[in-house]
Amino acid sequence: MKLHNISFNNLKRRKGKMIFLVLGLFIGIATIVALMSITESMTHDIEDRLDQYGANIVMVPRSENLALSYGGITMGGVNYQTVEFAEERIPEIRTIEYAKNLGLVAPKVLGATTVRDKDVLLMGVDFETELQLKNWWQFEGAPPTETNELLLGSQTATTFNLAVGDTLGIDGRDFIVTSILKPTGSSEDGIIIGDLHAFQKILDKEGKVSMVEIQAFCRDCPITELVLQIGEKFPEAKVTGLRQAMMSKMQTVEMFKTFSYGIAVLVIFIGSLLVFVTMMGSVNERTREIGIFRAIGFRRGHVMQIILLEAMVVGLVGGLLGYLGGSGIAWAALPLVVKSASFAGFNYNLGGISLLLAIALSLIASLYPAQKASKLDPSEALRAL
Amino acid sequence: MHNSAVEPNVQHLIEVQGIGKDYQDGETNVQAIRQMDLYIDDGEFVSIMGQSGSGKSTLLSVLGGLNHPTRGRILLDSLDIYKLTSEQRADLRSEYIGVIFQSFQLIPYLTVLENVKLPLAITGKKAKEQDKMARDVLARVGLTNKAERLPDQLSGGEQERVAIARAIVNRPPILLADEPTGNLDSKTADEIMKLLKELNREGQTIIMVTHNPEACKHTSRTIHVKDGSCYAN
Repeated sequence: MKLHNISFNNLKRRKGKMIFLVLGLFIGIATIVALMSITESMTHDIEDRLDQYGANIVMVPRSENLALSYGGITMGGVNYQTVEFAEERIPEIRTIEYAKNLGLVAPKVLGATTVRDKDVLLMGVDFETELQLKNWWQFEGAPPTETNELLLGSQTATTFNLAVGDTLGIDGRDFIVTSILKPTGSSEDGIIIGDLHAFQKILDKEGKVSMVEIQAFCRDCPITELVLQIGEKFPEAKVTGLRQAMMSKMQTVEMFKTFSYGIAVLVIFIGSLLVFVTMMGSVNERTREIGIFRAIGFRRGHVMQIILLEAMVVGLVGGLLGYLGGSGIAWAALPLVVKSASFAGFNYNLGGISLLLAIALSLIASLYPAQKASKLDPSEALRAL
Repeated sequence: MHNSAVEPNVQHLIEVQGIGKDYQDGETNVQAIRQMDLYIDDGEFVSIMGQSGSGKSTLLSVLGGLNHPTRGRILLDSLDIYKLTSEQRADLRSEYIGVIFQSFQLIPYLTVLENVKLPLAITGKKAKEQDKMARDVLARVGLTNKAERLPDQLSGGEQERVAIARAIVNRPPILLADEPTGNLDSKTADEIMKLLKELNREGQTIIMVTHNPEACKHTSRTIHVKDGSCYAN
């Protein structure tokens, strides 16, 4: 018979009590883990959504001239782009070191032409990529799928008096207007958007692209690093990170993170209190038993060993189950809370922390009443309860 | 232990000198033991008799080093036990004093055998030796076949026997018994008294608290306690 036999026999033979204690710990820890996992997954989801919202890196040919435009107003001047990229080189973007942080890559060709005696800007795009990138675009009709179909800016449609289904001849080729953009307040309002390859032909820029918009996921990498790496691959290009877009994105995420930390602190506090009260009550009930141990000749240290070993085992089991349960709850509840978010997976850091927290809390909570009871004269402790 | 706690020129095994115990019950001060002087010699079987509330159980707990007296001192083999620290007193109890509590006070989640082994858990004795010692005393109290039972599966008399076995397993020189027959029918009570008497015959010093005059017949001497004083020695 050793002291640990006493602890283990207590845990083994008083199953109801043990289950009650573990349940108290389970509820506390599971609540902490579930809420923290959910807020973490929600933060990831928000980050992902923000990342998918438009491009944050733009690659244009290096030009010696300064752009003479600001806020959509272009001041005369001639700023013809004479340099373009070869379309076949675009896939090289995905060979940079941080390629896994790259999302959509949307090349476009730009050029002016005359339609019905009016100068107009044509933009050739890969519609599938472009529509994913500009997911805020709203339009009448269905987006183009064929090479002879067009998407018009709202102002262009008004100027040419065109509606969905009309035909527009450009450079001797007939195109069908399948959709018209609702006013966006940006450059797209005054242009004609068509298929990349069809417009390359019209603009006499076959195999060339004028600019590339790139979407980068920057949760764990600085955008400046991505800009640098792409710049190294394309020395002839000017690569710019849209800092403003990034900053507002980061701010939103930071705000949500602060909010979720606030919740975490609150939940940890309440969970800890629950664990604390449960453990403390359980040891308080054992004052009489502690009195028997002391009367038999156990030293205070012996009594503490028995009680703390039990608390440690209960903390370990409760913490482990709480972590698994909490992760399970997060997994099950997440699709209900955030539609598109998915469970971020087991977070082993959170697992370690919840185990330590559970063990530390049960030890601390047991320490005080055990010490109090073991300090009593045995006859006083025996009279308790 | 502290040498300063050892008193010279004391011949009795236990000497109680002017002890008193006061309790604070709310605003009022209750004197559980007013003033007691007595002695107990090695090998005696002494009963402490008195009505309930007379202070006899308090006296027993003070004798066992379980309850700090308000005044006076207890000399055990010339050692002033309340001059020791509470941890030293725990060691003293482990080695010198076996206690049979009123209402048994067995640990409910330990088997009969484990309950009996309890005092040995802190002695550093090997598992095999512990097992032999515990089984020997269980055989002594006639419970060999119930070693693996839990206390709540036993009758009152059997639980009392387990309590006795636990108190004597470590072979302490002094055995304190608080109303050992209090919760038992007369036939079982008689059996328990015979068992205690047998132990005494083998040299065990026993101090027993009781309010039952029948139980006193088995003892060599009776100390009467009334209103916190012992008036017949």
